[in-house]
Amino acid sequence: MPHDHHDHLSPSGHPYRADDDTSLSYWQTMEIAVRELLVENGVTTAAEIAVQIETMDARNPSNGAKVVARAWADPAFHAALMDNAGDATRDMGFDIGPLKLIAVENTADVHNMIVCTLCSCYPRNLLGLPPDWYKSRAYRSRTVREPRSVLAEFGVNLADTTQVRVHDSTADMRYIVIPARPQGTENMSQTELAALVTRDSMIGTGVAKTP
Amino acid sequence: MFDPENPARRWHDMGGNAAGPVPTDQHDFSMWEKRVDALMIIGSAKGYFTVDGLRRVLEDMGEDAFEKMTYYERWIASVNQNLIEGGAYTTAQLAEKMAQVAARGDTYGDAAKPT
Repeated sequence: MPHDHHDHLSPSGHPYRADDDTSLSYWQTMEIAVRELLVENGVTTAAEIAVQIETMDARNPSNGAKVVARAWADPAFHAALMDNAGDATRDMGFDIGPLKLIAVENTADVHNMIVCTLCSCYPRNLLGLPPDWYKSRAYRSRTVREPRSVLAEFGVNLADTTQVRVHDSTADMRYIVIPARPQGTENMSQTELAALVTRDSMIGTGVAKTP
Repeated sequence: MFDPENPARRWHDMGGNAAGPVPTDQHDFSMWEKRVDALMIIGSAKGYFTVDGLRRVLEDMGEDAFEKMTYYERWIASVNQNLIEGGAYTTAQLAEKMAQVAARGDTYGDAAKPT
């Protein structure tokens, strides 16, 4: 394949991202200084910081997918999850922290989606860090006013008869969407079901994949 | 954006405003951003500040900062302010340390000595 340096497109047709090797910034300098001062003053240790980064890196949407798959397959767990999502997911071994976690369930008639209009609150202990668009002015501003047009940008086109419920998160209260279980999955295992659950389906900007 | 019908509404309260398409760009978190995130969690867990303290500084930065600084740039500014207020270190210590860090090199890798 001939190299084409003019259009800066990868073989997949997407533009390459810029290298992340800019010169040291003021804020990076502050991060280094703050971190070293905290260690020198005995507030934390380098090991504790490393463990926290590893803990956060290990959180990703596959954790939420396991929760959704179990809710689809296990009626008792489903009931517990809808009653108190924090306790139900803690019982599965996830570190949800002190936050109140609320599960909202999509059905044939109702579609839920989550946003944080004030900042970037997200079920990060379960799904990992939020995608950049979740923190964007456009998503924060428009989702509570025109959710259907936002959903359409994500490729989710709902029937006019479907009720849309938008949940505005707060610092202390986070939501996770339980997407509707796809047709034709009756005989699938929880592991197979979990593979159908995408990050966006748990934010409400997507739906679960069909097998 | 000042709302004449609700003068107490501040810039960060953007729910319902008009805006363009939702951006689809996604970046990978850099090491320094992950460290800022970790410092927020640790500083908060050790009682130096609450999430309300974090947000108070972020919101007081104003709309200009939201447009001109990245997410974790705003966070380290707020974490730093809260840690100083909480007594974790002094402004003099910070100034001295930042000067030392900046003198180590021109890139993050050079300036962030192995810890």
